[in-house]
Order: sequence, then structure tokens, then C-alpha cells
Amino acid sequence: MAIVGPSGSGKSSLLRLLNRLDEPTSGTVFVEGTDFRNLEPRELRRKLGMVTQRPYLFPGTVAENLQFGPAQRGETLAGEAIEELLSQVGLKDYGGRNVANLSGGEAQRVSVARTLANSPLVLLLDEPTSALDEAAKLEVESSIQKVVHDHGLTCVMVTHDLAQASRLAEKALLLEAGRIVRAGLIGEVLHA
Amino acid sequence: MLRLFFHTQLQLGLAQATVSALAALTVVLLAHRRQIHLEAETLIAMARGLVQIIAVGSILVVLLRAPRWTSAFLLAGMIMAAGATSARRAKGIPDAFRVSAWSIAFGAGSLIALMTFLGVIDTAITSLVPVGSMLIANAMNTNGLALNRFRSDVLAHVGEIETALALGAEARNSVSPYVQASFEASLIPAIDSLRSLGIVWIPGLMAGMLLSGARPVYAAIYQFVVLAMIFAASGLTSLASTMLIRGRVFSPAEQLLLQPGRS
Repeated sequence: MAIVGPSGSGKSSLLRLLNRLDEPTSGTVFVEGTDFRNLEPRELRRKLGMVTQRPYLFPGTVAENLQFGPAQRGETLAGEAIEELLSQVGLKDYGGRNVANLSGGEAQRVSVARTLANSPLVLLLDEPTSALDEAAKLEVESSIQKVVHDHGLTCVMVTHDLAQASRLAEKALLLEAGRIVRAGLIGEVLHA
Repeated sequence: MLRLFFHTQLQLGLAQATVSALAALTVVLLAHRRQIHLEAETLIAMARGLVQIIAVGSILVVLLRAPRWTSAFLLAGMIMAAGATSARRAKGIPDAFRVSAWSIAFGAGSLIALMTFLGVIDTAITSLVPVGSMLIANAMNTNGLALNRFRSDVLAHVGEIETALALGAEARNSVSPYVQASFEASLIPAIDSLRSLGIVWIPGLMAGMLLSGARPVYAAIYQFVVLAMIFAASGLTSLASTMLIRGRVFSPAEQLLLQPGRS
């Protein structure tokens, strides 16, 4: 699902509310039928994995970044699992590379793989390609399509790029001034 | 040169204060020309400092005759004032005053109590209050530096911190690198003072002890003792304040409260 709308309409705020990085001033969010206030914030954030506009990779290697999420729960991500995740985002054999040497598109794909390492139920993408050039944008889009398909994930993506929304999403929400003004299939929302 | 024009001690003191204040104001003027506005803060701090030290000087005569237990109240009052002063460096962080006051009480207060008990600090009010105030003042500066650095680092790394949170990190762990950096940075002045003792500066306490007839070697050793205590008090204060403050920048739902534009 794509969330579209003009700047300041509340697209990123909605994503932050879903991930509970911000608290709603009224109302709540239900995750699998449970009020998210009754869930541990850390468990909620694991279930609703988020990829931000900038990758914010932690200093170290690509593999260390992928191990970050599981390590927070005292789990270790096996080498094969790291390789599998990196293959899914088109970065096979990148595990030992230092993140300082990655291009913008590669870093964003590592960010997607890092979020997937937490085995989320839903993937939240906050303008994941807005800081990338055209070629890198298409690479990241392709990786997103593949992982969403392979993992059978629900994906909610904020984008200001309507062409990208058409390419990637089946459904869309149009926001204006913090309110949903249209919702439905992507074609209906974008071309109404 | 001032002694040629001012003949009483009070006149001379005021003239010296005026000249040194002009030197400080020159810095404010130079900063102003570079679009750095320190005017209000510096003028208020200088005026407050002058009034406060004159007030303390005036009541020193009374203090010298007061019973020893009054030092505990004086030092407790100083800790509260130090907490309030350094908490201003943590704008936007909830509970900064309480964190500062507890940290200074833990770092400086407990060290003063221990050192007095062991006999390192004399129980005479004329010794306990000045030495205690030195420890509290340095703990205050260290605390202010630690909080200021922590605040700046958190504001500069909101993206990294929220990414760690979004990946399931515990809130307190997501700011660990900035806690460590704040602690280290806050201790730089105390370490440098200890390192440069006797080479770059000869502190006033030693000069005062020499003037009052202490043996030079003892005065020198005691100066080291004071600086080592300052380092210990500052370190304990910074350790406590950085540990306490890191949980204060998050809501109960582990959301980062300190955000650019909100504070």
C-alpha cells in the first residue's frame, strides 16, 4: 500500500505512529487485533519493521548491521541467514564490507535487509528512495518488490513519487492535512 | 598601576574588578562581531557572580564563628544551587534539575563526607566550606558539560537513535555511544588540570596556604590532594548524571522526546 499526499500532509507521521516512534494524541492502532498500547514497544517495532529515508547504518560491517536487530533479543543471526538476506537485496558476498564504503543505493538495500533480519510482519518504508539517483532508485525498488514477494509481507510505503507508487503498490491512501481523503486501489486513488 | 590611583583596599578592589570585567566584555564584543550572542548570559553571570561573592565575603566573618555543623547546610545549599545552574545546560530534557542535584550530591557531596571522615579535609568551617565549594563547583561544571554534550549529541543523531529503536533496541542502549562520549568530554578539564598542575598553573589555594605560613612541600602536596578530589568528585558526578539522564530523554513507550525544533 502506498501512502501519498502533499508535503506536510502527515504521511511520515502516520508511519511513525504505526511504529510507535510517536504517540497518537487521540485514537490508537490495532496490530493483529491488539491495541498497540498493550504490546511491548520493542516487540511492536520488531513486528512492524521500518526503513527510513536515509539508511543510518551503524559503523562496522554489513553483517554487523544485519545482526543488530536479532542481537537486541539475545539472538544470533547465522552466517547463512545473512547471506540469504543479502542475496535477496542483490548484495551477495557484501557481509564483510565496511558500510563506509557502500554507495547510497547499496546502503539503502542493506537497510532493507537489516529490517528483514528482524522477521517483521509488516514492512514500513518511509520514502526509501527519495535520497537516491534514478539508477539506485530502480535497484532499491527491485529489491523491495522481491523481498515483499518472497517473504509474503504486507508493505506500507510513504512516497511523494506517484509513478513509483503506481509501479510498486496495489492500493493507496491519499492524505491531505492529516486526514485520509481517498483510499482504494492505486489506479482509483491516483486517477480519480 | 592601579595602586597609584586607588589608595584604599575597597577602591582598589573595585578598580581591579572593573578592569577584569572589561577584559571579559571584550570577549563578548568579539563574539558579537562574529554573530555569536553571549551578551545577556555573560552580563547576568558576571553581575550575579560579583554580587554573590561580595555577599559571601561579607558573611565570612559570621561564618568563621559559626558552629561546625552549619557547614553541612551551607554545602547542601551550594549543591542545590549548582544543580540548578548546570541543569540549564540540559534544555528540553525533563528532570534535568533533579538529575543534576542528585548527581552533584552523589559525586561531590559523598566525597566531601568521606574525605572529611578520613581527615583529608579538616572539619573546621574555614577549611571544609572553601574546599567543599571547590569540589561542588567543579562537579557543577563537569555536570553542565556532560549534559550539554549529551543533549547536542542526541539532537545531532536523532536518525541513528530512532533507527536503533525501530530495530528493537532498548531505549537506554540506543543512546549509549553518546553517554560514553559525554562522560569522556566532561572530564577533559579535570584531567588537563591534574596533568598541568605546577607547570601551566599554580592554583590559588596553594598560594593562600603559603601566605598563611604552611610549609611549601605540604602546600604543594595538598594542592595535588585537592585536584585529585576534584577529579574524583567530577568523575562520580558525570558518571551519575550521564547514567540518570539517558533514560530521561525517552517516554515510557520508549519514544525519543528530545527532537530538533521541540526543545
